[in-house]
Amino acid sequence: MALLDINHVDIIYQTEKSETEAVRDLSLSIDDGEFIALVGPSGCGKTTLLSMIAGLMPPTDGTITIDGQPVVTSSGNVGYMLQRDNLFEWRTIEQNVMLGLSVQKKLTPESKQYAISMLEKYGLGEFKSAYPTELSGGMRQRAALIRTLAFKPRLLLLDEPFSAVDFQTRMTVCDDVHAIIKNENKTALLVTHDISEAVSMADRIVVLTKRPATVKTVFTIDIDAPTPLKRRESPKFSYWFDRVWKEVTL
Amino acid sequence: MKIKKRLPCRMPRTKTPREKYLARRRTDKITTILLQIGLLFAVIGIWELAAKLDWIDPFITSCPSRIVSVLGTIDTDELFVHIAYTLIECIVGFIAASGLGILIAVLLWRFVKLRRVLEPYIVVLNALPKIALGPIIIIWVGAGAQAIIVMTILICIIVTVISVLSAFMSVDEGKILLMRSMGATRLQILFKLILPANVPALVNMLKINVGLAWVGTIMGEYLVSTAGLGYLIIYGSQVFKMDLVMASTVILCILATVMYLAVAGVEKLTKKKYKID
Repeated sequence: MALLDINHVDIIYQTEKSETEAVRDLSLSIDDGEFIALVGPSGCGKTTLLSMIAGLMPPTDGTITIDGQPVVTSSGNVGYMLQRDNLFEWRTIEQNVMLGLSVQKKLTPESKQYAISMLEKYGLGEFKSAYPTELSGGMRQRAALIRTLAFKPRLLLLDEPFSAVDFQTRMTVCDDVHAIIKNENKTALLVTHDISEAVSMADRIVVLTKRPATVKTVFTIDIDAPTPLKRRESPKFSYWFDRVWKEVTL
Repeated sequence: MKIKKRLPCRMPRTKTPREKYLARRRTDKITTILLQIGLLFAVIGIWELAAKLDWIDPFITSCPSRIVSVLGTIDTDELFVHIAYTLIECIVGFIAASGLGILIAVLLWRFVKLRRVLEPYIVVLNALPKIALGPIIIIWVGAGAQAIIVMTILICIIVTVISVLSAFMSVDEGKILLMRSMGATRLQILFKLILPANVPALVNMLKINVGLAWVGTIMGEYLVSTAGLGYLIIYGSQVFKMDLVMASTVILCILATVMYLAVAGVEKLTKKKYKID
C-alpha cells in the first residue's frame, strides 16, 4: 500500500475578487522510502497542494490518505519544512528541535534522547545550547530538518527548502538534507522550481501542468550515484535535466 | 653601547589602531557625560544667578535656592504622603493598563470576528482626547484616587491594545504555518510563538506606557484630587507659590526617571534572554 495517496483531488479557493481553480483532478501516490520531487511552472499550486497534504486545508473534492487514513487535520504525521528555516530566535537549537515534540505533547526522555542524538549525529551536538543567530545558514537548515524529524513524521514535505540559502551553501545543504533523509529512511516530497535540484535529489520527478495543476508526466530518474553532488557529475544528469526542463516549459 | 641598550625602554610604545580607536571611544563617552552634567549645573547656576542679580523675578520664576529651602520647610511626612499618592496611582494605573491592554490584544488576536467588529470603535477611542472623559469618570467612580487611576488606565490602554495587537499580527506567517503543521492549538501558538516572539514589542510598550501613565496621573490630579504631586502643583499655582510648583515638578522629574530606568532595566534583562541586539 502506498504511504501517501492523492485521489482525484480538486482545489478551488475563493477570494473576494475571484474564484481560483488551483488543482484539477490530481492523482499521485508515493511509496514508503521514496524521494519525490514536484516541479512545475511557478504559481501552479504546488504550495497549495503541500498545505493540503499537511492537513492545513481540505481539498474541494477528492481524497488524500496517509497510510490509508484520510487526512483531515494536521495530525503530526507530516513534517513540513518551509522556504526559510523559521527557527525561533529566542529558543536554543535544542529547544527549537524539541518544538514539535512539545507541541504534540510527546516530550519523553526517549524522544528527547532521540532528538539530541540526531543533533549529535549530524554535527550540531556542540551547538545544542547556541541560539539560531549564532549558526550559519547551512547549519540552520540542518537544525530545521532535525526539528521536523524529531517527532518522527511518516512523510516529509519540503517546500523549496533551499531557496533562501546562497548558492554555494545550497549545494552542501542539499547533500546534507538528502543524506539525512536517506539515512533515516524517510519518505519525502520536495517542491522546487530548480530543475537541477530535483534531478540531483529525487527518485521520481512529478511534473505538474500550469494552473489548474494536474500531473503531466512522471519521470523515474535512474542516475546511480549516492549523493546529489555526485549525481550532478554523472553524464546522465544533463540528459534528465533536459527532459524535465522541456516537459516543464513545453 | 649604553645608550643603545636603554633605547627600547625609552621608546614610547606605539598604540595599535584598535587601542587608538578604543581610547577615542572612551574619551568621547567621558566628554559626553561631563557635558551632560555640566549642562545641568550651568542651567541651575544661570537660573540662580539671574534671580540673584534681579534679571528675572524669582517670585514668578522661582530659583534653585528657593526650591531647596521650600523642600526643607515642607513637613516631610506630608510630602511623603503626596509622593505616595501620586506614585501608587501611577504604578497601579500603569500595571492595570498594561495587563488589561495585553489581555484585550490577545482576545482580539484570537477572535477575528471580534477584531473586525471592534476596529472602528478602537480607532475612535484612540482619536478621542481621554481627558474629555474626566467629568464622566468623576461622576461614575467618584472623586479621589480611583478616578485618577481610571484616567491613567484610559490614557494608556488604547495605545497598548493597538501597538500590541499590531505586533501580534506581524508575526511571521511561516512560523505560524510551521506551528499549525505540527498540529499546534491556538493556545499553543499563542504561548509558544506569539508571546515570546513579541517580548521586545511588549517591553517597548511598557516604555511608552511609563510616560503615558505619568500624563494620566498628573492630568487626573489636576482635575480632581486632595493629595499628590499634581495636587501640590495646582495648589501652588493657585496660591502663587512658584517655589512649591517648581519643587513638586523637580520631584516628579526624579520619580519619572526612576520608573523609566526600572523599565529600561527590564528591557536589558529581556535583551540578554532573547538575544536581541
